[in-house]
Amino acid sequence: MENIEKLKTIATQVRRDIVRMVNLAGSGHPGGSLSSADVLTALYFSVMDQAPERWRRDAEGQDAFILSAGHISPVYYSVLARRGYFPVSELATFRRFGARLQGHPEVKKGLPGVFQASGSLGQGLSVAAGIALGKKLSGDNHKVYCLCGDGESEEGQIWEAGMFAVHHSLGNLIAMTDWNGQQIDGPVASVAGEGDLEAKWKAWGWRVLVADGHDMEVVLKTFAEAKVSDGRPTMILWKTDMGRGISFMAGTHKWHGKVPSADQVAEALAELGETPLGDF
Amino acid sequence: MKKYIDTGKKDTRSGFGAGLLEAGRADERVVALTADLKGSLKMDEFAAEFPERFIQCGIAEANMIGAAAGLAISGKIPFAGSFAEFVTGRVYDQIRQEVAYGKTNVKIASSHAGITLGEDGATHQTMEDIALMRALPGMVVINPCDYNQTKAATIAAAKYDGPVYLRFGRPGVPNFTPADQVFEIGKALVFNEGSDVTIFATGHLVWEALGAAEALEAEGISAEVIDIATIKPLDEEAVIASVSKTGVAVVAEEHNMAGGLGEAISGLLALKCPKPLEFVNGGDQFGESGTPAVLMEAFGLNAAGIVSAVKRALKRK
Repeated sequence: MENIEKLKTIATQVRRDIVRMVNLAGSGHPGGSLSSADVLTALYFSVMDQAPERWRRDAEGQDAFILSAGHISPVYYSVLARRGYFPVSELATFRRFGARLQGHPEVKKGLPGVFQASGSLGQGLSVAAGIALGKKLSGDNHKVYCLCGDGESEEGQIWEAGMFAVHHSLGNLIAMTDWNGQQIDGPVASVAGEGDLEAKWKAWGWRVLVADGHDMEVVLKTFAEAKVSDGRPTMILWKTDMGRGISFMAGTHKWHGKVPSADQVAEALAELGETPLGDF
Repeated sequence: MKKYIDTGKKDTRSGFGAGLLEAGRADERVVALTADLKGSLKMDEFAAEFPERFIQCGIAEANMIGAAAGLAISGKIPFAGSFAEFVTGRVYDQIRQEVAYGKTNVKIASSHAGITLGEDGATHQTMEDIALMRALPGMVVINPCDYNQTKAATIAAAKYDGPVYLRFGRPGVPNFTPADQVFEIGKALVFNEGSDVTIFATGHLVWEALGAAEALEAEGISAEVIDIATIKPLDEEAVIASVSKTGVAVVAEEHNMAGGLGEAISGLLALKCPKPLEFVNGGDQFGESGTPAVLMEAFGLNAAGIVSAVKRALKRK
């Protein structure tokens, strides 16, 4: 229980970081960042076998994570900083000229913790599958995690990667979809009607887990289950709300890429409440 | 002029297959991926000897490039192969995002380049691929001239740490460079020294350039022939040195004008050594069905085409 409370506190601080980063930068994507905050906090602070001091881009001897939906960089950067990959103060440089915290994650400027650039949607699952296959070939039993968006799953390459991972028996691959039902132009159902993701991934031959992506206890339990491989790749469909945690942002596509004003930031921070971790 | 002997026509894709096998034997990190074109890419021997390191991706090129990037991140040396059009135009964004941007150690193995894949026609031909790959920051672009050079270039690509675009072709073409050569990325090779004109050629047009030089010699024209096996990075010093000496040049390639070797050399010379240039290339066209020989003739991509270009160039000297 203590662990769960700790993770909840971190997730709250991550949400505070997200809102403040996007406001400071004057651009960025708060909606999907907020919907993935609990899952990514759990992943980095409890689930993955990795640590900042032994991070290396080839992921040898450790778990790897690929953020396929690169636009939710605010949550990714906040979690990495809070975990100790780089100074928390660097979050203030998000989207600034010369910063390592580019608008979308990349590796050229050498931000620790990032394995691959992302942002052009639909590609990260292929990269994660490649790393998973590389680990298999090298006899490294570590896992590879990947987070995609549900809107992103309209990209055909996601399904190419889905076929590839099953065909090559990548039981060490744990993919996740942030199933918040929203994308830039509106609800996913109205934009592209991608239908029943659970049935689709099952038909593709994946082991599929569906779980609440905000209840920290459920999140940890689901990850524990996912880690026990049955030889197939695993897809966790996280049922989430875009904008979760901030009432005026929650459950709508309108905050996918919108910047909160100073007043709205104050309102959001008041609702989230302060944490002992402190703002950047 | 220096004599070169064609030891028998061989396809450059088989040079790739032989180089891949040798690179695979030398380094267990080498892996090969293809999108349902194992035979066409001459990966059969590699796949038979290293079944675990041969990764069949099915007809899904976009995923193949991403998977190759993932394999490279995990420390492997992946060669991802398909037809030139399908490993460039079809997956340009995947190569840009996953390979070039992060300088990921992926080798794009590009077969059936140009129009000389022949009868399949323009859907499967490409004369735009060099332009696409040259445009990517940091991408090495290699277009060897024969079987032996392709084999050596493949081995060199495996040893080089970074993204490489390796271009080769389907038809048998004269094999005339040494079997024991070591390929040096970024180095232009002077195949014949001359004083009146420089012929820069790449791919199997290097053989045509040598034929052209022989014909020109009979007319008393001394042509320098330079093999530009690495199009990017361009061997600027060698290009400038030769054109400074001869004062005029022709650039020959099985590629369109836009973004090809011709424009690469033009850009360099405009800045450093402006001299008249003529071009032997596909112009601004799509290919069409036909045998390789018929297409080469129709598009003027042969020794006769180069001789005409040299004469045009000399008039402007």
